[in-house]
Amino acid sequence: MRKYLREGEPFVWATAATLALTLIISAVLIVVVLVNGFGVFWPSKLAQVSLTDGQKVMGEIIRTEEHPDGSGLRYQFKTGNRDLYGLDFRWISQEHVTLLEYPEDAVGLERQEYGNFYGYLKAFSLPEGRVEAGSLKQQYVELLPEVQRRMEHLDDLQDEVMVLSRKMQKIDLETQELLYESKNPDVSAVQELGRREAVLKEDFATLLTRQNKAMDGLEAFVGIFVDAAGKEKNIPLSHIVRFYEPNNMNVLEKLVFYLGKLVELIFGEPRESNTEGGLFPAIFGTVVLIFLMSIISFPLGVIAAVYLREYSKEGPVVRLVRIAVNNLAGIPSIVYGIFGLAFFVYGIGGSIDALFFPERLPNPTFGTGGILWASLTLSLLTVPVVIVSTDEALGAIPGGIREGSLALGSTKFQTLMRILLPMASPGIMTGFILAMARAAGEVAPLMITGVVKLAPALPIDGVFPFIHLERKFMHLGFHIFDIGFQSPNVEAAKPMVYITTLLLVLVVLLMSSVAIVLRNRMKKRYTYGTF
Amino acid sequence: MSKHSTFSDPVIEADNLSFFYGSSQTLHDINLQFPRKQVTALIGPSGCGKSTLLRCFNRMNDLVDSASMKGNIRLNGTDINSSGLDVIELRRRVGMVFQKSNPFPKSIYENVIYGLRIAGVNNRAILDETVEKSLQGAGLWNEVKDRLQQSALGLSGGQMQRLCIARAIAVNPEVILMDEPCSALDPKSTARVEELIGDLREQYSIIIVTHNMQQAARVSDHTAFLYEGLLIEYGPTKELFMKPKNKQTEDYITGRFG
Repeated sequence: MRKYLREGEPFVWATAATLALTLIISAVLIVVVLVNGFGVFWPSKLAQVSLTDGQKVMGEIIRTEEHPDGSGLRYQFKTGNRDLYGLDFRWISQEHVTLLEYPEDAVGLERQEYGNFYGYLKAFSLPEGRVEAGSLKQQYVELLPEVQRRMEHLDDLQDEVMVLSRKMQKIDLETQELLYESKNPDVSAVQELGRREAVLKEDFATLLTRQNKAMDGLEAFVGIFVDAAGKEKNIPLSHIVRFYEPNNMNVLEKLVFYLGKLVELIFGEPRESNTEGGLFPAIFGTVVLIFLMSIISFPLGVIAAVYLREYSKEGPVVRLVRIAVNNLAGIPSIVYGIFGLAFFVYGIGGSIDALFFPERLPNPTFGTGGILWASLTLSLLTVPVVIVSTDEALGAIPGGIREGSLALGSTKFQTLMRILLPMASPGIMTGFILAMARAAGEVAPLMITGVVKLAPALPIDGVFPFIHLERKFMHLGFHIFDIGFQSPNVEAAKPMVYITTLLLVLVVLLMSSVAIVLRNRMKKRYTYGTF
Repeated sequence: MSKHSTFSDPVIEADNLSFFYGSSQTLHDINLQFPRKQVTALIGPSGCGKSTLLRCFNRMNDLVDSASMKGNIRLNGTDINSSGLDVIELRRRVGMVFQKSNPFPKSIYENVIYGLRIAGVNNRAILDETVEKSLQGAGLWNEVKDRLQQSALGLSGGQMQRLCIARAIAVNPEVILMDEPCSALDPKSTARVEELIGDLREQYSIIIVTHNMQQAARVSDHTAFLYEGLLIEYGPTKELFMKPKNKQTEDYITGRFG
């Protein structure tokens, strides 16, 4: 027994068990997210139950469980039809169910607002003079192109509205600037601007009339639906995002539906206070944020570490700096957030506004949270990681290599650029990957430096000057917090929480993988092997 | 102090050279002249200051923060610490080979031409020619001519050291300093390097620090014996080993200490 202990056998077992435990925890986390995340979009069947009191209820059965009072099973129904019932979900005890069926012609609708509708299609109400023949489903298919054409027309009009309002905004700004710059503004110039604005306003008014007319024309195409209880609901066809009959779909159709939803998730805009629709702005915001953070923190950290290791004189000061840098990495991120708010947003942003955009005050331009300030704050947060790893990578290079290079007549700078930095690059990349992973996971500092629930525009778009770093942005991490805990309908948002988590993990994984591949190529290149 | 050899055309001269690490003195008032195109060996027990002395000649000691030097060192009559001679230029004229071979993590080709590259030479023809000439000079050409573009880190220990010699001679220096170049090599590689030193003396002045007295006897024309930072004896190798004038030298070379 003593021999057994002396050889450290229990210790070996303990190490193995600890490793296994951590692996299991992470595996469970990932599996839970994967299963719940990827399962969200698969269309489930619509069940219709008749209850003992004569009611009929239709919906997706989300969960079946033992009733807490022990009276048998109960189902959780997602009944949808929020506009009719007020609630999306309902518990039904099995003992009250007299009949459970899956009607072939049950219809699920995804709508622009009020969430899903479950029921039956009864008829269409079309603009005067329009008559469609055939079955209801055929009619719907016939009508769709017309509705889509009208919707596109409306989108075009909306674009025109945006262009006009931007022009008007610009004239407003020019006027403000003129009035601001001098006590006695050039009256004729101001009048000229006013005249131009009046013309634009007129155009705007006609455009709005056209838009309203087009809207009315579109909304005249209405589907008349009934719920399981027979209650009628008129839904304009333009409000329907997706029309499907889940009880009548084969696997292939379901797969097409599933992929359609995935594409919407990645490229679409969010709907219904972010609990439905796509995540494109959030994905885009996250990627741009990490990218900006990287291009700021990477050079900053590497250059600082180069000075620390290669140029500064070893001594108590340098040792102190090292300790300080190491400890910087341990400061709670919210503290960085507050610092970012005070220093970047109010300090630097406020000064920029006062210097360059005084005519717009008190409306802030840079003096409010934005993606630039958020990424600067994150850079500050991650720069210690980059410094430490670069410093250690440089320190790990044998002294003989430095001497060898210097002895051949190279300067310190040449040695650094040609020998040391390439040799340290794998280590630097490792730190960079860690920094990136840390930055992608942070939410707290972003919440006070520029993240929003719903950003009106992306930080990079097609409007001059294309990159708008002062803009607020959306972020996957904040999205999880927001829809999971701040949403009015948390139950309905739950699938979205899983899928957002999954996406965030995937984004981080993707960016880290790129960095890891890069690092491995460097490793190969600067240690052993071929060129 | 005994009288030492002088030469009519010395390549390096040290006058009253003293050297300090912080407050501790490691070299005491050294006066030495090194003959042109010959091999001079520096011998002595560990810590006697022979490596420090060697590293004074290309100012590698500059890299040590607390180091300071007194006295003069002249390369072809020019003081190497004067403003007339830039340290970069000095190191180009005085090459060095280290105890532990230190090839860069680059290809064999790039290793050899590193000195030219940093001097701004990018002409392909010149580079190719230098690589061949230097590798031939270092006796490595036949072994590596087919894999010039492969990593230098894939070579054997002896090959790496010869690559470092090729790298040093690629910039065409006047003097090559060797700091125990064979101490990490097996006997066969050592023999190869020693043979190479014999060939190199046709063109270069070589100063070699060695622990190994047989090696000093085999490769060098002149030998200096240092002990505790003092130059004890300096003279033609044969004389120094056969008839040492100094008691300490005799004790050291006969193995009574060291």
